[in-house]
Amino acid sequence: MLRSLSIDAEKCTGCLQCEMACSYENEGVFNPAKSRIKVFTFHDEGRFVPYTCTQCDEAWCLHACPVEAIVMNKATGAMEVADSVCVGCKVCTIACPFGTVNYNQDTGKVIKCDLCGGDPKCAEACPTDAIVYVDADATGLDKMRAWAAKTDNAASARG
Amino acid sequence: MDAGRPGDPGNQAEILVAGMKHVIVGAGPAGVVAAETLRKLDPEAEIAMIGDEPEPPYSRMAIPYLLSDHIDEAGTYLRKQPGHFVHHSIEVVADTVASVDTRDKQLWLTGGGAVSYDRLLVATGSVPILPPVSGIDHEKVTNCWTLEDARKISRGCAPGASVVLIGAGFIGCIILEALVSAGVKLTVIEMGNRMVPRMLDETCGALLERWCGEKGVNVMTNAQVEAIEDAGGPVKVRISGGREVNAELVISAAGVRANAKFLEGSGVELSDGAVVVDRHMCSSVPGIYAAGDVACGRDFSTGEYSVQAIQPTAVEHGRVAAHNMANHGSVTHPGSVLMNILDTIGLISSSYGQWQGVEGGDTATLVDEEAFRYIQLQFDGDRLVGANTLGLTQHVGVIRGLVQGRFRLGRWKDRLMKNPLLVMEAYLAVSQG
Ligand SMILES: Cc1cc2nc3c(=O)[nH]c(=O)nc-3n(C[C@H](O)[C@H](O)[C@H](O)COP(=O)(O)OP(=O)(O)OC[C@H]3O[C@@H](n4cnc5c(N)ncnc54)[C@H](O)[C@@H]3O)c2cc1C
Repeated sequence: MLRSLSIDAEKCTGCLQCEMACSYENEGVFNPAKSRIKVFTFHDEGRFVPYTCTQCDEAWCLHACPVEAIVMNKATGAMEVADSVCVGCKVCTIACPFGTVNYNQDTGKVIKCDLCGGDPKCAEACPTDAIVYVDADATGLDKMRAWAAKTDNAASARG
Repeated sequence: MDAGRPGDPGNQAEILVAGMKHVIVGAGPAGVVAAETLRKLDPEAEIAMIGDEPEPPYSRMAIPYLLSDHIDEAGTYLRKQPGHFVHHSIEVVADTVASVDTRDKQLWLTGGGAVSYDRLLVATGSVPILPPVSGIDHEKVTNCWTLEDARKISRGCAPGASVVLIGAGFIGCIILEALVSAGVKLTVIEMGNRMVPRMLDETCGALLERWCGEKGVNVMTNAQVEAIEDAGGPVKVRISGGREVNAELVISAAGVRANAKFLEGSGVELSDGAVVVDRHMCSSVPGIYAAGDVACGRDFSTGEYSVQAIQPTAVEHGRVAAHNMANHGSVTHPGSVLMNILDTIGLISSSYGQWQGVEGGDTATLVDEEAFRYIQLQFDGDRLVGANTLGLTQHVGVIRGLVQGRFRLGRWKDRLMKNPLLVMEAYLAVSQG
């Protein structure tokens, strides 16, 4: 059974432990700016929303890649960037309609969530269970994915 | 969800007539994605892909990174697994299609043979246009379109060599970095009043030009090449306004046109040389489809038909065409969002949809000229319809998400008018609120 990240923004306190854990795991530094998960702050409402790739079925990033540098890890279901193949063209960063693939100017490659190979550090670090790693079917992912269903795009493509 | 996506489970149920013979002309991204999608849809189909370049199917988009030595030639290949096409029973034929006989459903190869088809996909891409000036056929002038061109450019870019680049469109701008890092003395000549005039607005294009200037690149806008003269060694490039530059290499990146000449007289309707298609990517002749740079396809934003000539569109076309080749009418093309992202010597710019704005719409802008950062958003009512950005690399895709989702922004529109950088927040609020 594939597992995925389930995010419950209501439980997020904005502590940024997830960003720290992510950047440390993936970049070797405690630097939220290098995190693949990002907590957005809505000051007016006092709300925090952690946000990262949902490993969506559409895999816009994977299909847009001109050199096959993004491939699905069959074990985790994550779309992973192969650094050695990525040329840094950034087409995936505009193809992903969720804005979850980013270009890293230091390395000249793109970065995105890869579920830490099946042991996501953000979920481990979250002290309030706002981020948990659970069976894919049981997540609120559908809500995050509802995007695709909402678009005109979807309606006509089904036709 | 978009049913036109490979990897969709259950696709095979769509097939009405299995085992048809599909012939694809052109082995670029559109052709390759179509071939693979067809294979997934119909394991019994016969699939042949005819390409006229000597290399395995590759991605033109990767050429700039080959020029800058980030990758070798194999790094440009669309599929990395050796034997990929054989494994998927896709026959790759190295030949050029000379003409199509739409009545007898067969095509003629320049090699002499004929190939019959049940369904035909035209995915022959585009070809560069050379500016019509004397001397343009000189051997020191090259396009930057194929791997063969890339090899010629690499050979001509010795450190210190004087190089003239004709055209500061998006392709010109992407290869700038490679040329600069090769240490050549570079002059760029652009006809328009700014860099990348068909993708960036005045502010953005002007900032990019200043950036290039600061990096030591001589960019001439509102300038035209008038002639290229043989001068024994380097050529003499004559430029409007009485200017001239000597060059060891002239690279022409002055635009492209659809590559469908071989269809002239076949009965397939062309518009400005591109194949006219409907929302099933079908041409005026039933059974013949077109995809990618050669197709005049639907634009998501305007609903009109045009040639976008970008990679993501080629892939979308290829997928939709394949579904309809396997089962006509099964997938309707919603239209592709015109979008692009460029890295010009480290400064990143992007454009989306109707970045020029729409009548009666609103524009939000924020600029920091010193830092080379810029964003402009275009709204139609409270929907985002287009944008330009400069110097931004984080979460830019969400602009596409907002445009393509046609989300109503409500009160977030005012917030974006005040601070256009809040696109990600706006997206979260309206899409998941
Ligand atoms: C240097 C460069 C940089 C680029 N950068 C970007 C970018 O950053 N972003 C972006 O979105 N796009 C970019 N592009 C454009 C992108 O590469 C094209 O949109 C894309 O290649 C189109 O794919 P296609 O399959 O339609 O056509 P092509 O890739 O052109 O493939 C068509 C193939 O068909 C072959 N063919 C043509 N006629 C025949 C015939 N009669 N018989 C047999 N074979 C034939 C051609 O030789 C070619 O191999 C770039 C292009 C270049 C050259």
